[in-house]
Amino acid sequence: MLQIAFFAFIALTLIGALTVLLTRNVLYSAYALLLTLLGVAALFVFAGADFLAVSQIIIYVGGVLVLVLFGVMLTSKPTTISTSTVVASERSNAILAGSRGVWLGVLLAAGLFFGLSRLLMNAHFALFDQPISKAPTTIDTIGKQLMTEYIVPFEVISILLLVALVGAGYLAKKSIKP
Amino acid sequence: MLSQFGIMFLFILTAFAFIGGILLFGKLLRPDRPTEEKLTTYESGEEPVGNAGVQFNPRFYVVALVFVLFDVELVLLFPWATVFGQPTLIAETGGLWGWFALTEAVVFVVILALGLAYAWAKGYLDWEKPQPQLPTVATKVPTTLYEQVNERYKRPTTP
Amino acid sequence: MELTVLVIKSLVILAVFGITLLIATYSTYAERKVAAFLQDRIGPNRAGPFGLLQPIADAGKMFFKEDFIPAQANKWLFILGPCLAMLTALMSSAVIPFGDSIRYGSFEVPVQGIDVNVGVLYVFGVVSLGVYGVMIGGWASNNKFSLLGAIRAASQNISYEVALGLSIIAILMMTGSLSLRHIVNEQNGFFQWNVFTQPLGFVIFLTCAFAECNRTPFDLPECETELVGGYHTEYSSMKLGFYLFAEYINMFTSSAIISTLYFGGFQYPFMHQVHDALVDSLGSTVGHNIATGIGTAVLFGKIFFFIFFFMWVRWTIPRFRFDQLMNLGWKTLIPLSILNVVLTGAGLLFDKFKYATWLIVIVMIIMAATNAIKAPRRKPVTVPQL
Repeated sequence: MLQIAFFAFIALTLIGALTVLLTRNVLYSAYALLLTLLGVAALFVFAGADFLAVSQIIIYVGGVLVLVLFGVMLTSKPTTISTSTVVASERSNAILAGSRGVWLGVLLAAGLFFGLSRLLMNAHFALFDQPISKAPTTIDTIGKQLMTEYIVPFEVISILLLVALVGAGYLAKKSIKP
Repeated sequence: MLSQFGIMFLFILTAFAFIGGILLFGKLLRPDRPTEEKLTTYESGEEPVGNAGVQFNPRFYVVALVFVLFDVELVLLFPWATVFGQPTLIAETGGLWGWFALTEAVVFVVILALGLAYAWAKGYLDWEKPQPQLPTVATKVPTTLYEQVNERYKRPTTP
Repeated sequence: MELTVLVIKSLVILAVFGITLLIATYSTYAERKVAAFLQDRIGPNRAGPFGLLQPIADAGKMFFKEDFIPAQANKWLFILGPCLAMLTALMSSAVIPFGDSIRYGSFEVPVQGIDVNVGVLYVFGVVSLGVYGVMIGGWASNNKFSLLGAIRAASQNISYEVALGLSIIAILMMTGSLSLRHIVNEQNGFFQWNVFTQPLGFVIFLTCAFAECNRTPFDLPECETELVGGYHTEYSSMKLGFYLFAEYINMFTSSAIISTLYFGGFQYPFMHQVHDALVDSLGSTVGHNIATGIGTAVLFGKIFFFIFFFMWVRWTIPRFRFDQLMNLGWKTLIPLSILNVVLTGAGLLFDKFKYATWLIVIVMIIMAATNAIKAPRRKPVTVPQL
């Protein structure tokens, strides 16, 4: 039962990821990314990380993906289906990657894949080991750790966010005030 | 045993089934006679021009950008808020825990509030107010005539 | 054993669904009656006694209307949009504690869909998912009005989410738990209700709830004077029904969450005395169950009041302009909610004083009063009788 659900979510994640990769329409890939992120959130639940799952949904699905969608909608035209401009509009959305640095890309992808798969092999999917109803919420531990051991990263994050805000403002300045 | 998340999943599945069922049921009941006119995009009765690929204000994007940063802040504050007032922790540290946690969070929030103030001061949060434009009509009637009419039917404001 | 649990849980899920849908259905009727009352009309009165069958007639109409998908639209996303809106609307009522617990033999079943211990975060996550139903539907219509409505909806939702979250955080600081049931249990005693300890947080939360539900005065995504029908311009039949219905479900769930977070949920004054008296006179099973029933009824009373409040506001206050909406969200509510969090923390540390945020309220009232006094008086205008 649990296994089936687990593999269903893996399938969801993978299908989403493949759609992101293979579709020609940027907006479709954004929506497929939604699927992937939700699948990953479900997998976090399986790993016993309930807080991480919810924050994945809140930050990535509720925040970052909306930003991505806004970006795509601001820059691209929705495809028209019935008119003859299908090809043209698809072409305008395509990312034109040059043939330079193919090997670098392949190397990078392979390295990433290797690293991530090592991480995943070592991951501890708690729900398979212990009775689920007893699994405590992780949020208490995270709160305590954040306040004691990881206090410096916690504060550094806020500075990072501030810097990001200033940077975002600087980038946006040109588009707002032409 | 079903976990809480299992029940949640069951709940979502039930919702899916419910929505799918209603759509299917509706599909069986309703007529389906599409014509070309019915299938055109609505544009206030005009022939639709182009598609919806309209330019819109980049401010929407900036707002989303600022939101993402505050979202991250918010999510990090959730675990803090739950451990902030825990009596056991306060008792263990002799009352120091609360002040410590509060100071940390205040520093965290204030730095981001600075960011908000920066965005505010730089005007990223400002939206253009609509500028009402008085329509100008090419007409042979001189505008003074309208003013005369207005003057004539003016309501006395002060007794 | 596993099967029994599954069956019981399925029944609970179905019950929660049924209640949500029933209340949402009759909210449409109530809205029309309230609107009629406020505008001195009669309202629906043809279908059944007092027009009580009107929602069923409306649902029938939704089923039998022809449903067309515009040729320019993106077919699958066009269907997905309203489904997603409906799904996110249905999901959030799962974690609301509708009552204490029902005793049955040796079992004690809490009156709640899912007693998840990250309930608040779950609600918040569902709220942040709520953008997508409107956004996907609006984009897939391939209509200028729809797209503008969708963008407005998304922008508005994310702008008010921050203040919403910050006002929730102030509550979490007091209770120290993310479980909604725990938050309710923490509010035993009338003056322990969070509306008294967090007056400012309540106002912020209420405003943000209005904005998240896209209700007037925040209904810019479907502002008919500017955008025809907004994001659902192209929709017809049951898909339109989903969008409209999702709004009423959202209204119900946000009323329920407001009552849970700020008005003590199923708690009412002298609850423990009533519970003890009932248990003494009727036995620990029946008495407890009746006490639970009273609590649930009280909660529904609160929920119905807030649904009425939503409608009252809708037919009283005109719509905001978009720049006003953004200014209210970013320049008023977010700074205020940050101040609220900081002051709540300081008050809690200072001898567990929970009512610290009244300070902000008092300062704001004084400022408003001085502003009102300083403001130049208008000369009284007497209109001559013609």
